[in-house]
Amino acid sequence: MQDKNTALYNYTLPAASHWSLNVKRGIQMTITSIEAGANLGMLFYNPGSLLERYNAPDTLKCQHTFKLTQGHCLYSDMGRIFCSITNDTAGWHDTLCGNSTAQLVNDRWGPRDYQNDRNTWHQNGYDSFLTELTKYGLGPRDMAANVNFFSKVTCDSEGNLSLDSSANTAGESITLRFEMDTLVIMHSCPHPLSQSGYYPSKPLQIELAAAPVITDLDECSNYCPENARGFANNQLYYLGEAAGSTHYPFPNTNHLALK
Amino acid sequence: MIKESHYSAADAIDCKTVMAGNYYLQEVKAGQVIRIVDSQGNQAADTLFYNARNIEERYSAADTIQMQGNVYLTAGSKLISSEQNVMLEIVADTCGRHDTVGGACSTESNTVRYALEKRCMHACRDSWMLAIAEHDHLGLSKRDISHNINFFMNVPITQDGKLTFEDGISAPGKYVEMKAHMDVLVLISNCPQLNNPCNAYNPTQVDVLIWDAA
Repeated sequence: MQDKNTALYNYTLPAASHWSLNVKRGIQMTITSIEAGANLGMLFYNPGSLLERYNAPDTLKCQHTFKLTQGHCLYSDMGRIFCSITNDTAGWHDTLCGNSTAQLVNDRWGPRDYQNDRNTWHQNGYDSFLTELTKYGLGPRDMAANVNFFSKVTCDSEGNLSLDSSANTAGESITLRFEMDTLVIMHSCPHPLSQSGYYPSKPLQIELAAAPVITDLDECSNYCPENARGFANNQLYYLGEAAGSTHYPFPNTNHLALK
Repeated sequence: MIKESHYSAADAIDCKTVMAGNYYLQEVKAGQVIRIVDSQGNQAADTLFYNARNIEERYSAADTIQMQGNVYLTAGSKLISSEQNVMLEIVADTCGRHDTVGGACSTESNTVRYALEKRCMHACRDSWMLAIAEHDHLGLSKRDISHNINFFMNVPITQDGKLTFEDGISAPGKYVEMKAHMDVLVLISNCPQLNNPCNAYNPTQVDVLIWDAA
């Protein structure tokens, strides 16, 4: 769990909201669901080269997983790791179902009406991402399959998907340790498969802190040989900078990667 | 769901063979039908679709999965765009299941999946890079290379959340056929992957046929 003494920044992301920020490598982000039924949509880009972005298929197949949880790394389309999931009390996060849209929200919970509803309007995930992406010169073409933190979507033997809302309880938390400088885009709008009888209006707590130094026993870099090679690709990307980094020594992955 | 086509190859207006490691880029008009044939079995045809009149609108795996509530594609599946429109519908399928979770191979992901030494081996996303570079007038760039369909690939998902790569359920001559609901650009990388047991380490040709609206 998070050491409270290391917290550098704390923010409560209101429900139905969007936000973006640049996170430096060596920083960890702990996200906590304040109420049951929260969803946090997230996308990742390399601020130094915005064409490098989160790639859900690579993330899943590199780790032979359909769900995201502790030990997993979130990959860019260039074979590098944006961040590692170093702690997760929820156990299952979705990265395939995408976003709610204006049409979906309108059909299920009524229109997005700012004039009447003000901060309790029915904002949707797609418009939220689009608003933030545009601030960086990005647009609809740059939208990739996103992560939906705290949303557990299971798949039966026939491929049918269902959102397990019973798994989504209050006070769950996940910690992302950033392995690259990363542009993080996020929204707190409902999951597209939510069948809630009312618009789920759920805030989340976001805390930034300095990540502990990575050791040779690190769970994420040792999770599978693929992750060791992902860390080796990060190492190459920052070659020449690592020695000068005071906050973030690289793990020694050579013994894993070269096997 | 297995569903046979009623189209005859003799009536096709276009028929092309795509060798493994090559790309196929073709416009298919609304109402036309396109068939991809796994000619020699267990090949992966990594495929992207764009609205030919507005390339900003493109195939969206997330929207397709979300709207049909199912991860696998087969006869009856509607392929949904990033603007939630139906681009194409699968009207025949003798394979029974196609993947849209696993994405395409790239030189970069090969380093992670297989070995750092595999960096320079040929990969699907390199075929797509060449395709869009050689067709500059279309206005496509790397940002448009997104989450694709793997026709003929079998990527089962387990109930406890694992992703497995199984032997193909395809076989020589199996095919998938789609009817276009809008003018679409079809961009296929016939997968050159030499490291994946799915194709028995032996990538082979696919054939692509087009019929006019009946």
